[in-house]
Parts: sequence; structure tokens; C-alpha cells
Amino acid sequence: MKRIGVFVCHCGTNIAATVDVVKVVEAAKLEPGVVHAAEYPYLCSEAGQNMIIKAVDEFGLTGVVVSACSPRMHETTFRKAAAKAGLNPFMVEISNIREQCSWIHKDSKDGTEKSIILTRAAIAKVHLNEPLHPGESKVTKRALVIGGGIAGIQTALDIAEAGFPVDIVESTPSIGGKMAQLDKTFPTLDCSACILTPKMVDAAAHENITLHTYSEIEKVEGFVGDFTITIRKKARYVDMKNCTGCGLCYEKCPVKKAPSEFEQGLIKRTAIYTPFAQAVPNVPVIDKTQCIKLKTGKCGLCEKVCTPKAIVFDQQDELITEKYGAVIIATGYDQISLEKFGEYSYNSPDVITGLEFERLTNAAGPTGGDLIRLSDKKKPRSVTFIQCIGSRDTSKRGKPYCSKICCMYTAKHAMLIRDKYPQIEVNVFYIDVRTPGKNFDEFYRRSAEEYGVNYIKGQVGKIIDQGEFLTLQSVDMLGGKRMDLQTDLVVLATAIEPVKSVRIIASMLTASIDTNNFMTEAHPKLKPVESPTAGVFLSGVCQGPKDIPETVAQAGATAAKVIGLLVKDKLMTNPCTAESNEKFCNGCSACTKVCPYGAIAYDDGIVHVNKALCQGCGACAVTCPSGAMDLQGFSNRQLMAEVDAICR
Amino acid sequence: MSVGEFKPLVVAFCCNWCSYAGADLAGTSRLQYPAEVKIIKVPCSCRVNPLFVLRAFQKGADGVIICGCHPGDCHYSTGNYYTRRRITLLYSMLDYLGIEKGRTHLEWVSAAEGVKFATVMNKFVEQVYELGENRRLEDWRCKS
Amino acid sequence: MQELMKAKAQEMLSNGSVTRVLAWKKGDFETNPEPAFFTKHVDDMVYNQYCATNLSNFMVGVEKEEGKTLVFLKPCDTFSFNQLLKENRISRDKAYIIGVGCEGVKVIDEMQETGALLEKCNVCTKIKHMVYDELIGEDVTRRVTDDPLTRFKDIEAIEKMDAGERFAFWQGEFSKCIRCNACRNACPPCGCKKCVFDNDNYDTAQKANVTTFEEQMFHIIRAYHVAGRCTDCGECTRVCPQDIPLHLLNRKFIKDINALYGEFQAGADIETLGPLTDFNIDQDAEPSIVYDRG
Repeated sequence: MKRIGVFVCHCGTNIAATVDVVKVVEAAKLEPGVVHAAEYPYLCSEAGQNMIIKAVDEFGLTGVVVSACSPRMHETTFRKAAAKAGLNPFMVEISNIREQCSWIHKDSKDGTEKSIILTRAAIAKVHLNEPLHPGESKVTKRALVIGGGIAGIQTALDIAEAGFPVDIVESTPSIGGKMAQLDKTFPTLDCSACILTPKMVDAAAHENITLHTYSEIEKVEGFVGDFTITIRKKARYVDMKNCTGCGLCYEKCPVKKAPSEFEQGLIKRTAIYTPFAQAVPNVPVIDKTQCIKLKTGKCGLCEKVCTPKAIVFDQQDELITEKYGAVIIATGYDQISLEKFGEYSYNSPDVITGLEFERLTNAAGPTGGDLIRLSDKKKPRSVTFIQCIGSRDTSKRGKPYCSKICCMYTAKHAMLIRDKYPQIEVNVFYIDVRTPGKNFDEFYRRSAEEYGVNYIKGQVGKIIDQGEFLTLQSVDMLGGKRMDLQTDLVVLATAIEPVKSVRIIASMLTASIDTNNFMTEAHPKLKPVESPTAGVFLSGVCQGPKDIPETVAQAGATAAKVIGLLVKDKLMTNPCTAESNEKFCNGCSACTKVCPYGAIAYDDGIVHVNKALCQGCGACAVTCPSGAMDLQGFSNRQLMAEVDAICR
Repeated sequence: MSVGEFKPLVVAFCCNWCSYAGADLAGTSRLQYPAEVKIIKVPCSCRVNPLFVLRAFQKGADGVIICGCHPGDCHYSTGNYYTRRRITLLYSMLDYLGIEKGRTHLEWVSAAEGVKFATVMNKFVEQVYELGENRRLEDWRCKS
Repeated sequence: MQELMKAKAQEMLSNGSVTRVLAWKKGDFETNPEPAFFTKHVDDMVYNQYCATNLSNFMVGVEKEEGKTLVFLKPCDTFSFNQLLKENRISRDKAYIIGVGCEGVKVIDEMQETGALLEKCNVCTKIKHMVYDELIGEDVTRRVTDDPLTRFKDIEAIEKMDAGERFAFWQGEFSKCIRCNACRNACPPCGCKKCVFDNDNYDTAQKANVTTFEEQMFHIIRAYHVAGRCTDCGECTRVCPQDIPLHLLNRKFIKDINALYGEFQAGADIETLGPLTDFNIDQDAEPSIVYDRG
């Protein structure tokens, strides 16, 4: 029989206000094997942990139950404390009496009764716990960053600076991401390209950084410290080594009808193209859906003008396989589709999105920075911004969250217009103006107070394109009146969402993703840059909406965590792995078929589990008809004992 | 026990990565759901052996609910696809054997769905209340 | 046909191409032939409409023995053979399979024919041998029913009862069980080296009976363990001394699997993944289907 100690935490008043902790202690003492039970205001504190350590020694405990907050919070803390006391850390079980009792039950009797039962279940489980010993696995000292925007670039630079090789995989022909499309940045109004392009060049030039542009993740195998990842380098039809980036090819290209992705489709590009002038690498790609030569075999003008002979029409996709210790997801965002928002008449050329406005006001953009209406090329007399298009929208068509960047970029856009063209009237429709952040509120107030931007609290119900101008059927909530506002150009602050492909990438990496396609953090407060999947890290908007300063700060934090992993020579593996009892194994090998990691091998009548590959899901244990396969830490007997204890 | 005093016992199996975290979120958001629900943590919904469900019913549970990540979001990529088949067949079998289907439930709850977790539990417990006490499995083999 | 089989068996034993023959031999009465291994002479071997035993299951016992075994399999028995093959319980190269034709197995009560065929024969659709080295008299086999769904009639009848009636029905049936393990022993996929009910790792093995987990749940767990693996050979029901219609559990799973995940016949081949070790990301029904179908 084990000698079990039970420790019940008050969590200040978080638990103790609803749960009668003394009663829980008294009830625990009656359970078989419990030789000591005590309560304490904050078990996670140094003093609380010491209390457990002392008790292990004093009462000769061989098992510990901590009734406190969720194991997701402090399981590791208490396991470490047990290890300090000389106990195997896996002899500790947590019963969650805060998130599952005191915080959700108002009735003290209910909460206390349930706490007693949950504690009882944990005691029953600990009785069957066995010391577990983590194995060791190697760490490949190389990181992979998926996404070459500012988040990916900054993360890669920081890791590379620490001396570790980093590869960046970027799906488009150039790194730079959304930041490369922006004109000015808030709240300082410095030019986006001026601060980004040096970083792009740094990344390209860094001896520890390898860029794989126009590339995608094809396949992921392995686990933390030892990922094997296959990257598909899509055929560029241009030899990266020979190309000098002179640009003659795209000057001569006769196809001029493809919408430019970089210019948000506002102008057309050629079939062979570099997305923008400062692209890194400065090597064009051929869009095979547009190229006449690739479609019909005729043309080949670019090949003729290319003196370094860099055009290779028969180039094929190339697959590269590389090992990595850590993977950083930095896939960024897109604006949502406005298909379902017919009332805003987005099909009108004079209704544009925030990102389109960035191009329209950018000196390097399609109009050379000249603000005009796209329908009649005339200067607008008034511009109206509408906030929260699809953000904070609980209907199915929109996003329930706040996109976070729109209030600030709208203030920026409004200010830029008023600064450059004081004669243009600027209106902003808003639900709330949200400007937390250093110098943010000051910035917004300046737009309203100094630049005379007309902020209207209210929403626009419908936009009608009248040709000469647009009519906005809207409500001024503060004035309490309906109004029809006439304006020449409308900018929709369109909600942002994670890029669609992140779901595929997350699923390849078995990393969690939430209902809005944002990557889930291991802990929203304490582990904000780690995915719950070991070895997978998050950087930038893939984790949640954020602006540039926040993204860069997070990129640095992510890099620090990655470096912390890569400096290790060995990793401890999860000891809660499957184990097959060969005496019971029939060799039917059903388990090998359900294992997502290929961790189970059939050999000569029985199966063997590769502990380094097993992640401990337990699919095999349930598939096994003879009960030969079991999961350590969540064994059949342990879970049965919990069921029994709860149903007693 | 008279009907008036009936307090059902509901066992909930929650996967560590999504549903258990969803339950935590319900907790941190202070969303009430009945104390009748007792959660058992499993690494993945696919760890739930049908034996555990039968055991719970045999030992007097009035309802059993299993929660896992949404299909496609499994931390172990495919675990819940197996759960979906296994548990569907199990519940159908239990129904066939005369265990009211209102006593069994499988729900996908993500780590972000604290509200959903509480709603699902409230609804399920209410349903079990309506069905009343479940003595049936215990009585199964006793000759009448 | 019996004489052809005997001649072939004797020939293969004599020329050493097989070490033993697995067939049926005459029992105490004409109506109860029993499975037997022959190593020298096959004089006692019989084959008639009383030969019910699915011999595939006995191949597991000789898997580790030296030499090749000649085994006679009726068409439905070959499905079990395939299932065992798929689960690595037996090796194909250790068996010489002679598929024999089958006109259906007669029901015997008190050592007398009742005039009826076994229930499984009345709804038999397994008229082709799935695996064999040669065939004898295969053309006598006939398809009894043209409607493959007839075998689910009994299941549907139970499904139509209300929950209380269903419970009472099964309570009545399970109460008859004496835990003799005959069903377990006769069932090919239920041939674990060590059963979970004898396995301490589950806390299912308990000495005292009647109110224990094991007693109450034995048949349900057994049915679940063979779900997706059961070929519907019907041996469980046939060997039950208490006449519990155990096939109604297995066939319920088969019916659900067919309806929810597409037609599947265990043992039809050895490659297809079993329905419980497989999934279809987009097409698998959500569990709510159990509630929705009323």
C-alpha cells in the first residue's frame, strides 16, 4: 500500500471561499493509504512547496495528491517539488478543485462535496501510479521559420544572431510579407519600407539564414528536437544562381494582364515578375498560369533577352528534406473576403479595403502615391472610413474578435490624407475607438483634434454607388439621427484572419488551432509564444491580431524560447508512453494501424513501441482487444480506479 | 432514494488538449455548470476505452459524456476520428441494449470554447435529470 | 464429396505433403461430428450437413507446430481464416486449404434433426470461398437468400422495441449466462492469448461473480472487441448451451458499421483496414446520428 499525502490549497480565497478546505482534508484522511492530509493558503508558493517536501520526508510519503488549480497551471511545479523531496515526479496527481469546483459552483456544499470526490479520484489514481522515467532525445540545432514576413524575419534574425542556423520558408517569391505593402507605420509615421528592407537584406545576407522563397511545407515527420521536414521549392523557371536581377525579362514580357498580388490587384503585372522593386531575393518568377511559353510553347521572349541564361522553362519543383530541432509558425494574415458583405458595395471601384488604401497612398504604389478615385481617376472631395468590417461581428459571416490594428491604421490613413490634401474632408464611422498602446491614444486624438478628422460613432447600413459619388446610409448614434452621407471614396477597415494555409500547416505539425484559425498558445499568459505541441513556436498574427511593434517584440520572445531549446544537447521525452505487455500481445497489429506516429512496429508475433516516437495519445491501448497495450500514466487500471472512485 | 432527492452522477471524460482546457476556460470565466459533472482527464478522447463507459454505468453513473477536440484539431492529429467511430458504435449498442440514449453523449469542445463547455454540460445534466435515476446496468444480470 | 475429401486427405498425408489433416470426425452419434486432427489414417473422417464447427479457429492451435496442415473449410469458414491471417494469428504457408461445398448445417436438438437449418445458413450470403488451394464440391453451395438484409430482420425487431423492452429482453438473455466461455472459445477473432477478463491490468478479472463488472459486461465487451472483426460465422450462438442469441450483438455492430461507414465484410480480404482502425475525415457520421435516428 502506498503512503499518500494529500495537500489542499486555498488559493487565497479563490478556492477557500467556496470550498470548505478543512472538510476536504478531513475526508481525504479517511481514504485508504492516506497517511497525511493538510491545507495551505498558497501551495504553489515557496513555503507551500516546502511544506510538501517536508511532509514527504516526515511521513515517508510515496504518493502525493495536490487539490488545487488546474494541472495545466501547476502540475509541473508540484512534480518538481516532489522530485526535490526525492520522489519520482510522476507520483504526483492534481485534482482540479479551482477551475472545476470553486470557480463554477456558487453553493459551498456542492463545491465541497465535489472537491472531496475529485480528490478521492486522484487518490485512487495515485495508488496505481508507478515511477516513470523520461527518456532522452537529441536536439537538431537548426530552426525552421514558416513565413517570411516581419514576424518570421525578426525571429530568424534573432535566432541566427545567437549562432544557430535558421531556414525561412516563404510561399511567395519574396520575403517581406504584409509590412512590405504598407506605406507609413503608426504611431511614428516612419516609412514602412525604410525600416523593413534593411531587415530583409540582413536576413538574406546572414550566414546562418537560408531563404527558401516560393516554397511550401510538404511533409512533417518527427517531434521536438528532431523534426524531419520536406520543403517543396516550387519551380520558378528562373535560375537563382545565374539571374542578376536586371529586370529586362519583365520589361519585355508580352503578358500584362495578371493582377498584381503585391498591389492588391489594383494594377496588372507581367507573367514573369518580381512582386516589388525591393524584393528579396531579387529574382523573378514565371507565373505558369499566365506564361504563353509554358501554356502554348510559343513566345520565350524573356529567354531571348536574358543574357546570363537564367530562364529555365523545364525547371521542376524541387523537394528538400532537412532536419530541424524547432519550428516557428509565422504565417501571418489576410484580410477576410467581403463576398458576404454585399451592403458595402465592395465591387465598386471606389470602395476599397485598408490594405488597398496602403498601396494607393504609397509613393511606390500604382498611382505613385497620388490619391485618386479608381473609377474616374479624379481626386476625391471626401474620403470615408468605416471601422469593424467583419470584426466584432458575431454573425456567421464575420469574425467575433477585434482585429486590433484597424483603429490605429485608420487614424493613420485619415491623418495622412489631411496632411497631404487638407481640402479633402475625412470621416470615420466607428463602434468604439480602441487605442491602447504606447503613444497610440495621443496619435488618435491628434488625428481628430489637430487634423480635423470627423469621427462619427455609428455604423453604415448600406453603400450605394451613384457614379459621381457614393451614398452611405448610416446612423450617427451620438446625434441620434439617420443620415445619408455623400462621399467620394470609402475605405473599409476589413477584419484580418490567419492565412488559410495555416490550418494545413498546423495539422501537419499537430499543433492546436482555435475556431478562428488562430494558433493556440500553450498557455495564454504564461506560455504565449509556444504552441502546446512541443517544439512548435508561434510568431506574429498567426497567434492573434497584433501590430508591428507587438509582432517584433513577440518575434524576439519566440526566438528566445527557440534558442533556449536549441542550446540543449538532449531533451527529456514524455514518459507517458504506450507500453505493450508481450505476454498478452496477440500480434494482431491493430495498434500499428491507429498509431499516428508510426511508433509501433510488428515483429515476429508481437509489437514493440518506439518510446522516442510515441506521444502518448492512447489510441493503441483502446484498439488492443487483449489489453496488452496500455498507456503509462493513464493506464486502464488508473482510469478505471478514477471511474470507481467517482461512482462510489 | 425518492425522485425528489435524485441527484444524477455524470462522468465526463475530457481530452487534455482541447476539452479539459475548455473546462478550465469555463472555470476561469466563472461559467456555472452543475456540480453533478465530474471530469476525468485523458490525453486524448481516443484514450477512452468503451470499458470505462460501461464501468461508469455499472457503478451507478446516470450519464457519461466524452469530450474531445473538434475533428481535424486533434493534438495527435487523428485520435478523435477513431473516437468518433468507436463511441458512435458504442452508444448505438448501448441504446440497443436499452440504455436510454440521453444518458450518453459525445461532444467536440475546443480549448477556446469555455462557453460551449458550460452550455453542453448544463444541457446534458438537465437531460439526465429528466431521465431520472439509472439503475439499469447494475441490475442487468440479476434474475427477476 | 466426403469420399473425395478422404481420398485427398489420405493421399496428402501419405506422400508427406502435409503433416496433419484438420477435419471433422465421427462423434458418438451420427449427428454430432467433432473437429479432429488426423496424422495417419483418415478412416473416421466425415463430412455432412452436421459438420458445423468452423475449423479456422483450430489453425491457431497448430500455428507453432512443425509442418503443414490440410484444412477443410466451408465457404463461410474461409472468412474467419482470412481474418485470422490478417491478424497474424496464422500463416498462409502453413495451411493447405481445401474449400468444400456446403448445403447448410442442420439444427440438432436432443440429438435429433429438427428439419431446420442454422439461422446463419438461412441468411447465408457467403457462398464463395475467399481463400483456398483447391476446391471440392463447391458447386453444391447455394445462396439461400437473395436479400442480404434479411439477416438484419431480428436486429430491426429489437430496435423497434422501446428502451425498457430492450433492456428487459437483454436482461432475460444475459441472466441465462453461466460464464462457461464456450462463445469465447469458439469465436475466431476472440482468440486472445490472454483475455482481458483474465488480465489484471484491467481490473476486470474478479473471482466473485454475479454482481461484478465482468459478469454483467462480458457479452457486451466481447461483442465490442470483435466489432469490425466478426465475420458473422455464428459459432457463438451455436455453441451457447443456454441458447443466448449472441449473434444479435455482433450483427448489430455489423449493421451499424455497414450503415455508417459503408459495407464491410470482415475476412473478405486481408488488406482492407477494419472499420475501427480506419476513418473517413469528411464522411464519418457524427455521434449525434444515434440520437437523430429516433
